[in-house]
Amino acid sequence: MKDFLFIYRADYSTYPSPKRSPEEMQALTQKWMNWVAGIAAQEKLVDRGNRLVNSGKVLKSNGSVSDGPYTEIKESIMGYSLVKAISLEEASKLAQGCPILSYDGSVEVREINAI
Amino acid sequence: MQERELIPHLFRTEYSKIIAVLCHSFDLRHLEIAEDIASETFLKATEIWGIKGVPENPAAWLYTVAKNKVRDYFKHHAVIERQVREAMKLNDIGTALDFEFSHQNIADSQLAMIFSVCHPENSADAQICLALQILCGFSVEEIANAFLTSPETIKKRLHRARVNLRNGNFQIKALSDQEVKARSESVLKTLYLLFNEGYFSKTSDQSIRKDLCFEAIRLALVLTENVLTDSPRVNALLALMYFQSSRFDARTNDRGEMILLEDQDKSLWDQELIERGNHYLVNAYEGREVSKYHLEAAIAYWHTTPTGENKWQHILQLYNQLLLIEYSPVTALNRAFAYAKVFGWEKGIEEAEKLALDDNSHYYSLLGYLYAGVDVGRAVSFYEKAIALTRSKVEAETLRKEVRRLIYK
Repeated sequence: MKDFLFIYRADYSTYPSPKRSPEEMQALTQKWMNWVAGIAAQEKLVDRGNRLVNSGKVLKSNGSVSDGPYTEIKESIMGYSLVKAISLEEASKLAQGCPILSYDGSVEVREINAI
Repeated sequence: MQERELIPHLFRTEYSKIIAVLCHSFDLRHLEIAEDIASETFLKATEIWGIKGVPENPAAWLYTVAKNKVRDYFKHHAVIERQVREAMKLNDIGTALDFEFSHQNIADSQLAMIFSVCHPENSADAQICLALQILCGFSVEEIANAFLTSPETIKKRLHRARVNLRNGNFQIKALSDQEVKARSESVLKTLYLLFNEGYFSKTSDQSIRKDLCFEAIRLALVLTENVLTDSPRVNALLALMYFQSSRFDARTNDRGEMILLEDQDKSLWDQELIERGNHYLVNAYEGREVSKYHLEAAIAYWHTTPTGENKWQHILQLYNQLLLIEYSPVTALNRAFAYAKVFGWEKGIEEAEKLALDDNSHYYSLLGYLYAGVDVGRAVSFYEKAIALTRSKVEAETLRKEVRRLIYK
């Protein structure tokens, strides 16, 4: 078994924001729970990971510091999780059904390079 | 006749109390002496009560005899007396003998004994055996019966566990905050397993199963009676145990076959036990803590409620959380069932098949159940796989019946 990182990306302007009703937010939370627990049920969840706050700073080699990261690219990293799988193919299969996909977002699946 | 029934019941409850108080007053290294004294006390009771009848206050009678036997013992065993004195670094053996079978001392002693028995160095199985013997007063034969194994195996297991118990320098005298914190998790786990051993026991002997469950409840209640150990988790565990116990009479038919929760006669559910479960569940949620016992108790609570719109949605969310705290195949299977209840059989089948628990009979019986309404042929073949894998005769019989029902429908 190898570890893989799921990186969740979506456009903050289209992803449901906390301005939605509590009812809607709860439904969204349940969707995520159902999906993550589905991975845990296969004993393949290493770490639920975290969600990121939607504001930050981006530092560049030219010394510039800008508010970001979403000002330049449309899709921002919204969060991450850690799973384990035999292969990249299996890991990608686990990513299927991720709720972010139904909001035009994406999941990037990357193997952790264990030294 | 009444007297003959009274004594075994009394044996069990008072045995553990006498042992606990004696060990609390002396030392765990003298556990065997305590056991001998308790046994001799009961022997005397059997002889005298058989002729003279049961005294008015049998427990008090037993305590008095036990105390006298302790005095006799120390009088006649000067060598051991010296050992005890050295071990305890006491100049006056009188101090050690100066104990009371007061309500408070019994409660404190039992609590200390529970914490001693749940020694993390012993395996979970060994802890349960030890708990059954020392805390619950079960005989080796009764324990072997509950585990469906030979008395020899249990004797060996107990022997190793008792060596650890004596060698572990656990201070039974005074339970400190630190010790309570360090060992609480292990104590709760043992009580949880003790209960499950009864509830999901391999033996079909209903009375033994019930005994194990109610002993687990009794010991958990001891924990709630002391401020040091009365945690939200213990309350959650108690709630769980009461909710589960409430369904004891409804979960099997007269042939001992399991009846699914959904098909149970709800009028057989014990309302009083459900009420107690509710009481401890409310207590459990007074803190902010959510442990696996909280989640399991909450699931058991939902099962006591009539099927409403959101019942299975709640249950699914609780199983989700439970899996995120701790993976277990049973939780994964139960969650798949809840998933099917919320999203329909076909999605449930998809979710269940992902689990790929190929050597688990319950995995196949769940698939059989889910396929029953979709594809009878596959349902039957899954049930047959489950029958081939299960080690429980009762379960196999229940599944065979289900197969017959599907085929001749």
